[in-house]
Amino acid sequence: MNLTHAPAGVDARITAVNGEGGITRRLMEMGVRPGISVRLVKTGPFGDPIEIRVLGYSLAIRRNEADTIEVEL
Amino acid sequence: MDEQPRAKAGITIALAGNPNAGKTTLFNSLTGLKQKVANYPGVTVERRAGVWKIGTIPASLIDLPGLYSLETTSLDEKIARDVLTGEINGLPKPDAIVAVVDATNLERNLYLVTQLFDFGIPVVVALTMIDVFEKQKHQIDVGKLSDLLKTPVVEVNARNGRGKQQLVESVGEAIDSGQRNPFSFNGGNVTGKIFARYNFISDVVQQSVLHNDLEAHDISEKIDRVLTHRIFGLVILIAILLLVFQAIFSWATLPMDLLEQGFGSMGAFVRSQMSEGILTDLLVDGIIAGVGGVLIFLPQILLLFLFISILEDTGYLARAAFLLDKLMSRVGLHGKAFLPLMSSFACAIPGIMATRTIENRRDRFATILIAPLMSCSARLPVYTLMIAAFFAGQTIFGFVSLGAVLMLAMYSLGIIAAIIVAFVLKRTILKAPPPPFIMELPPYRLPNLRTILQNMFTRAGLFVKRAGTVILAISIVLWALMYFPRQVPGLESQAASGVEGARESVPPSGAGGLTQQTQAAPIFHDQRQLETPNSELESNSRQLQNSYAGRLGHFIEPVIQPLGFDWKIGVALIASFAAREVLVSTLSIIYNVGKDENEESETLISAIRNAKREDGSLVWSPLTALTLMVFFVLAMQCMSTVAVVRRETNSWSWTLFMVGYMTVLAYAAAFATYQGGRLLGFA
Repeated sequence: MNLTHAPAGVDARITAVNGEGGITRRLMEMGVRPGISVRLVKTGPFGDPIEIRVLGYSLAIRRNEADTIEVEL
Repeated sequence: MDEQPRAKAGITIALAGNPNAGKTTLFNSLTGLKQKVANYPGVTVERRAGVWKIGTIPASLIDLPGLYSLETTSLDEKIARDVLTGEINGLPKPDAIVAVVDATNLERNLYLVTQLFDFGIPVVVALTMIDVFEKQKHQIDVGKLSDLLKTPVVEVNARNGRGKQQLVESVGEAIDSGQRNPFSFNGGNVTGKIFARYNFISDVVQQSVLHNDLEAHDISEKIDRVLTHRIFGLVILIAILLLVFQAIFSWATLPMDLLEQGFGSMGAFVRSQMSEGILTDLLVDGIIAGVGGVLIFLPQILLLFLFISILEDTGYLARAAFLLDKLMSRVGLHGKAFLPLMSSFACAIPGIMATRTIENRRDRFATILIAPLMSCSARLPVYTLMIAAFFAGQTIFGFVSLGAVLMLAMYSLGIIAAIIVAFVLKRTILKAPPPPFIMELPPYRLPNLRTILQNMFTRAGLFVKRAGTVILAISIVLWALMYFPRQVPGLESQAASGVEGARESVPPSGAGGLTQQTQAAPIFHDQRQLETPNSELESNSRQLQNSYAGRLGHFIEPVIQPLGFDWKIGVALIASFAAREVLVSTLSIIYNVGKDENEESETLISAIRNAKREDGSLVWSPLTALTLMVFFVLAMQCMSTVAVVRRETNSWSWTLFMVGYMTVLAYAAAFATYQGGRLLGFA
């Protein structure tokens, strides 16, 4: 499943980051890459963006970006 | 760059690190130079340097923008790369890099360090936030970390100075030994390289860090359960914004009044000490009144930046952007545009400068183009004057102040116009797919007083500098436009009968004439205005009519007539193209309030209320006042902003486009207000 659909508050494992170009590169450079643990923390008040937790820090990304991140529980 | 202290010995050291890693706090601590902290998009927009003593040798320490990486395309990253490769004019390639690494966020911070290795410059790691890290029940083996990175690692605490001396020694040694880092990270393509770096980092971290309680939810997450809650979060955000506005609009009043009185007294003192003449008039009416009239807004700016600095320093502003991003993205803006736009309520200049870290060029330009629509503090005196003159003491439903409603309406009009313009821009000339949004929510931290004060005063400094340069120059030009050509006193009685008779230019009289009435830009209230004999008033009026400014006002009168404005308002509009608040001082000059210190007289407000056209009808009505306010909401009347936009977009076309669309918008809205109001029966 992709990260947008992961249950909030549960640790998941990234299996793939499917996008390409600058955004995906930036995500990977900030540590969001296959093999690491990620947690969907919460969704913003208007449904977007979402807050995720990776490498021990919090990151806000939009659903568009989250949709490119494949995870497994 | 010219302002950077140059190191005599020629040693240059770059300070690099992630945003929120404590880099600028360390910079302040090492150099003691006044400098603001990088904590939120848009703060560290300028590269700063200070002198840092390496033993006895003074080195030039360059504070790079906060960076996550050096390989993507943002402006900050390009600047940082250019500094590190020595491609910036006048800046030698650094002899060493101090890499600031946040111990609580080791892996991601080390990613940048592995990129810094690639520049072939000795790197020294300054490890910050150790105290926080250890409080979280983690342990870090600094010696081991240093061995694994083959790089000196020094624990520092910028707040209490711990580790500063050791950092000096390590950097000195690193430069002397000229050590280069042996690592190379080749993983083939771009993704491969990122993996290679992170694999290396994972190894390093696993061997040097002992996590006792990795899964402990940190305190920031607990705070965020409230502050980014979908309901409470928004309520608190609105409350905070209300508090900020309350501070700007009411707490700032007292210091502003004091400043106003101060400049008034200064002008009076200078005039009393100097002999009458052009030089005195220039000094008092042109320079002191002009620059003083702008500096009056300093308390508001300081207060706004105090709040923004606190919000930044604590980490709250990122949460605000998180809460508001969806709304911003609906009109095609980035959540990061929130800070520049909010800053623009004080002044568009720092706001526009704060757009630099919006990476996408189109998003950034869209933000720049709408920033001046936010009602800045320079519009306040215009709104206040109009409300005081025509709407004071009136209420709606018996208890809601009409003035407050109008004030709110003006702010809302600017915001709504900005939303519409952004919406249109992002669907036409700045069309682009939805912008990426990747923003760190940094851990909450207690604000550091020194950091906040430095931040506040640095930004206030930008404003003062503006007052001392552009505004000063424009004040002098405008003063001259209204001062010349001078009238000969002997011609006055003749000219008084032939109304338009005195149009041709006459040689300067040398004596005070018009300008004695123009002392120190009265703003609106409590200013004792003084009556002058009728002939004197007429003479002054004619002087203005004859001046270059007066002629310009007449020239544009046909254009502004449909807005209900006469040529005198035209003069004020022309003058306020320099800066909006100049409208008030220009109106007081035009309406000739104040001269003989001993006599009672009308204030600027009643002068406006009683101003008549040549046919004897009143110039102003509540509708005219409202029209003028609407015009001021939307018009681009600030030369300094124009200059900043030119610099930030590096394009005259965009700059002129902005001036053009705002002028058209302002005219159209003012036209609709005035003509619509007349149709509805308001005169």
